[in-house]
Amino acid sequence: MDIGRLFIANRGEIAVRIIRAAKALGIHTIQAYSEGDADMLAVKLADEAVCIGPAPSKDSYLDIVKVVDAARACNADAVHPGYGFLSESPEFARALAEAGIAYVGPTADTIERMGDKVAARQAAEAAGVPVVPGSKGRIGTVDEAAEVAQQVGYPVMIKAAAGGGGRGIRIAADEAELRQLAPQAQQEAQAAFGDGGLYLERAVQSPRHIEVQILGDGETAIHVYERECSLQRRRQKVWEEAGAACLDDETREALCASAVALAKSVNYRGAGTLEYLYDAARNEFYFIEMNTRIQVEHPVSEMITGVDLVQEMIKVCGGEKLTLTQADVTRSGHAIEVRINAEDPLMQFMPWPGQVGAMTIPEGDGIRFDHFLYEGYQIPPFYDSLIGKLIVHAPTRTQAIAKLAGALEQLSLEGLKTTAPLHLALAADKDVQAGNFHTQWLEPWLEAGNLTAAAKKPAAELETETTGGAS
Amino acid sequence: MAQIQSPLPGTFYHKPAPDQPPYKSAGDAVAVGDVIGLIEVMKTFIEVKAEAAGTFTAYVAENEAPVTAGAVLAELDA
Repeated sequence: MDIGRLFIANRGEIAVRIIRAAKALGIHTIQAYSEGDADMLAVKLADEAVCIGPAPSKDSYLDIVKVVDAARACNADAVHPGYGFLSESPEFARALAEAGIAYVGPTADTIERMGDKVAARQAAEAAGVPVVPGSKGRIGTVDEAAEVAQQVGYPVMIKAAAGGGGRGIRIAADEAELRQLAPQAQQEAQAAFGDGGLYLERAVQSPRHIEVQILGDGETAIHVYERECSLQRRRQKVWEEAGAACLDDETREALCASAVALAKSVNYRGAGTLEYLYDAARNEFYFIEMNTRIQVEHPVSEMITGVDLVQEMIKVCGGEKLTLTQADVTRSGHAIEVRINAEDPLMQFMPWPGQVGAMTIPEGDGIRFDHFLYEGYQIPPFYDSLIGKLIVHAPTRTQAIAKLAGALEQLSLEGLKTTAPLHLALAADKDVQAGNFHTQWLEPWLEAGNLTAAAKKPAAELETETTGGAS
Repeated sequence: MAQIQSPLPGTFYHKPAPDQPPYKSAGDAVAVGDVIGLIEVMKTFIEVKAEAAGTFTAYVAENEAPVTAGAVLAELDA
């Protein structure tokens, strides 16, 4: 492999994860950091660290010129972008290529193509991957949108053709609503992305979010099975599983094979994820988009297959061929990851960038906690609220949920408010235990006061015990 | 003289949006509960409200400046 010095252009838990993977491969690590992140764990763990600018992301982690200049000044052979920030920027990948530095990800052209929803959909259709019934291309006018909506059937989703992240999506129940919402969507897309082009598709009712992990070396590609990430709040995933318990084996094989077909058709290099909507009533899946980077929830796939996805992506982007074949990737048991965010779930998820006090991290067989915390660490307020990911693995889904609940009970991060109580309440919920949910399940569940009720329960039980006396 | 402090650590903004004027200018009347700025904390925007009435003097913290919890953001003549 040609990578001797790896520059990490990210922060937080994923920077720590990348450093660990690189060190296991014998690679020298160089950590980028902003002035707001000088004392983060990744800086302490890396072989070298370099400040790339002030705390605001736009002046540091999102500044292509500064990141590329720093990587060049440190004589880095390659840059790992992590997730978020510049991880899906074709301009960044291109600037690195021009500087003669390898990028731990696909080519700039692939990032660009798969980052455009219309182009990605066309690539999927060309590879025989099912897509949600919708517009054949970019939509420029409201009349055109109304015509397409008539064909695919209401309700329809209106999205910007450029952009991503699930934000700014509108749903129209009928033509009157479409004519009201489409101009807003055009304006917003123009303002956000400099491109007012829209894209329209049928809104699948109560869909599940299922995605397939793939690995490619530019010539061949394999899948590392699927994940289900249907528990979402404000279109952000909060709880992820591998595999998707709602799929039968035949559907699973077809889904994963479709992802490999698409990855091969674009000569994909690195780790990537194809996201699908799954309509359980029709037993049909539809490709929605591709993320051309490592994802937050990659550990659940690692837990059920034993494949180290971050090491594999570094190796193939350093010029090696995939050494794993599809037959080498076997799945066993069930894994669940929950996102521990520095937010107070009992106060409308208000951010809580506190100082870490005494920590008790759950340990044991099948328990993993990916994080960037240490005692005394002041969590900076400038970045997103993800502070850790608790991952469990057990022979069955029921056992995994029980293991998760036990691990959450053990987890203690003094000085912080976190989303751990949300996950404990979810682990105790009958619908979650039965796998009976979809992407629009969690928000109504929260609005109905289920979390507040669960949080009050221990106190009520305590009272009963006290007055009961005998036990 | 009354001071308005930041309830949270984060980034302070004088304006509701980059292309809009600041919430308050010198000489503006301030009522209890008036929004005088925004704090961005972990990608969430929180309104900073006046807890006392008076006349706005000046912003103490600069627009888009990083601030700590308790930092003085603005001053009023009570």
